[in-house]
Amino acid sequence: MTDSLTHLLGIAPLSPAHITSILDLADRYVDLNRRQVKRSDALAGRTQVNMFFENSTRTLVSFEVAGKRLGADVINMAMQTSSIKKGETLVDTALTLNAMHPDLLVVRHPHSGAVELLAQKVNCAVLNAGDGRHEHPTQALLDALTIRRAKGRLDGLTVAICGDIAHSRVARSNLILLQKMGSTVRLVGPPTLVPTGLGADVFHDMETGLKDADVVMMLRLQKERMDGGFIPSEREYYHRFGLDADKMTHAKPDAIVMHPAPMNRGVEIDGELADDLTRSVIQEQVEMGVAVRMAAMDLLMQGRAAKPDGVMV
Amino acid sequence: MSILFENARLIDPATGQDSVGRLRVDDGHITDPGPADTTIDCQGFCLAPGIVDLGVKVCEPGERHKESYKSAGLAAAAGGVTTMVTRPDTVPAIDSPETLTFAMRRAADVCAVNVHAMATLTKGRLGREMAEIGFLQDAGAVAFTDCDAVVADTKILGRALSYVQQLGGLVVGHPQDPGLSDGAAATSGAFATVRGLPAVPAMAERMGLDRDLAMVEMTGVAYHADQITTARALAALDRAKANGLDVTAGTSIHHVTLTEDHVEDYRTFFKVKPPLRSEDDRRAIVQALADGRIDTLSSFHTPQDEESKRLPFEEAASGAVGLETLLPAALSLVHGGAMDLPTLFRALSLNPARRLGLPGGSLAPGAPADLVLFDPDIAFTLDRTKLLSKSKNTPFDGSDMRGRVLGTWVAGQRVFTP
Repeated sequence: MTDSLTHLLGIAPLSPAHITSILDLADRYVDLNRRQVKRSDALAGRTQVNMFFENSTRTLVSFEVAGKRLGADVINMAMQTSSIKKGETLVDTALTLNAMHPDLLVVRHPHSGAVELLAQKVNCAVLNAGDGRHEHPTQALLDALTIRRAKGRLDGLTVAICGDIAHSRVARSNLILLQKMGSTVRLVGPPTLVPTGLGADVFHDMETGLKDADVVMMLRLQKERMDGGFIPSEREYYHRFGLDADKMTHAKPDAIVMHPAPMNRGVEIDGELADDLTRSVIQEQVEMGVAVRMAAMDLLMQGRAAKPDGVMV
Repeated sequence: MSILFENARLIDPATGQDSVGRLRVDDGHITDPGPADTTIDCQGFCLAPGIVDLGVKVCEPGERHKESYKSAGLAAAAGGVTTMVTRPDTVPAIDSPETLTFAMRRAADVCAVNVHAMATLTKGRLGREMAEIGFLQDAGAVAFTDCDAVVADTKILGRALSYVQQLGGLVVGHPQDPGLSDGAAATSGAFATVRGLPAVPAMAERMGLDRDLAMVEMTGVAYHADQITTARALAALDRAKANGLDVTAGTSIHHVTLTEDHVEDYRTFFKVKPPLRSEDDRRAIVQALADGRIDTLSSFHTPQDEESKRLPFEEAASGAVGLETLLPAALSLVHGGAMDLPTLFRALSLNPARRLGLPGGSLAPGAPADLVLFDPDIAFTLDRTKLLSKSKNTPFDGSDMRGRVLGTWVAGQRVFTP
């Protein structure tokens, strides 16, 4: 076992050993989740608070299900309708919550670095459920678990991440994780949506970008970026960068298709391809999401248990 | 009362002097050496013309809890700053002779150092209507600037520049393309990408400068670029100077001593405007400062309270306090071999005084006895809680620095003793 986790703020601070231990435990939780009685008491008596400063349905439900299956008392705070509206700062909200002695805060925030700021101010474990354009570690971990189960390994693979990379925390976390584990990552998209400086090969067309890829990971194009600002139009984007069966012929014959969902069918991905269970693992990603979150929260709580109360690392 | 400074290492940027000697002060001015009422043995420490800090924010009116004239005056004296040239980006902005007079009266009542005020170029710094430039000049405004609010409408800007030109005034611009820099918290590049921060390309500074310089050529106004922080902007500056335009430029202490990598994990005390740059840019600006292509070096003292900084990086306020750290931070350029002391004080004292038409900045007989005595070598660790500024937002907290002010005199009166 590697040194224990105190927070999960991103993939960047994790070692390959950390990543492997989370994925190994998640594999066990996948089995639990497929049973009729899906119950563990790993987090019994623990209080998990989900603080989402940004709208989300899927991720929030995934964390709620994960916490409940581990026996935690789960509280969802809809931050957009609460004290923030009354002008309370993030740090004050954190201090208020901290005084109620939660064990785990799961936080999503629209600004990069906000979750880290919050983590500095509380005594409990903080799990980043997505901060701005920075990181979304559990998404990268669930993607890694999905890939590992499909391909049997995480090293030596060629993974093409395609679409709106500039605004994507999913892309950043996946890039960091896959490179740490020894795979090659390519970034594919129009120049307006692919930033420089990420330390991966950049491609501006799908044909060369997907050539001989083992994994094709599509990203969601957000509505507000669809017209004029970053791309000329939806239909031009779909024509040049939307994934369909034709473009998939450039990848390896056994390449898998991934998408963090929700999807825009007909914008970044063809609906039929997304539903083709011989190639698409999109539904499996959702399933892995619950297991990975259970594993991450379980390990965080184990890491905390090893330390005396109130000691922050 | 007269004072004789003996055994002083005299640093005079006007002559390039750096040698041990004597300096006599009488009736608020520097005179030829001779007998005096008091003698101060400087023990070989440096005696230089006091710093003329161009672009200090004092938060009166409006946000006195962040910095008052009183606290800023104390901080300035402790930092060897004998003249503060203040910014008008207060709340409300200093855009009318009434507000300017109020601020000047506050300064005169409580500040031991010289204070000269800049006023806005447009009303409310909104870039829509010209401020009362003539009245403001009559009330004592030494320059006109909308600070970091770039006047986007070139028609308005052109008229304002012509108006200032006709009155013989100075405009201080903030070279930045308003479109590209909108919403930015970092400089485009690997750092901003990895941290997921909205960013502005370094080129936006060149674009803003090019535009301003074209307007200067058109109107003939005297223009000072507040902060040049990127290598790319230097060529445009050189060209304008070579073409005989009345143009000078400054830079900030933070941009010559820090880079974007210092921001690390979203440390908001390192959020300044424009954002910190790459190491290549920093080196280029230090070089330009050493060879005189960039004229002035200032603190851009911008007090922010804890509440405005204890926020996610994108939401946090920009700016850093600098009055008390300007000299030790600047001395790191001397210790690092980038320039000598007279060259440093040319940028800190002589050039800003000259550009604003203020006396000072030299040790010549007849110059005002605005002086700073300092030990350039003594090492210390900066503790922000010890700062005299009301706001403690310094990026140098915990840094090992060298250089300490031993005394500050304004018009021959001692205003600081450690």
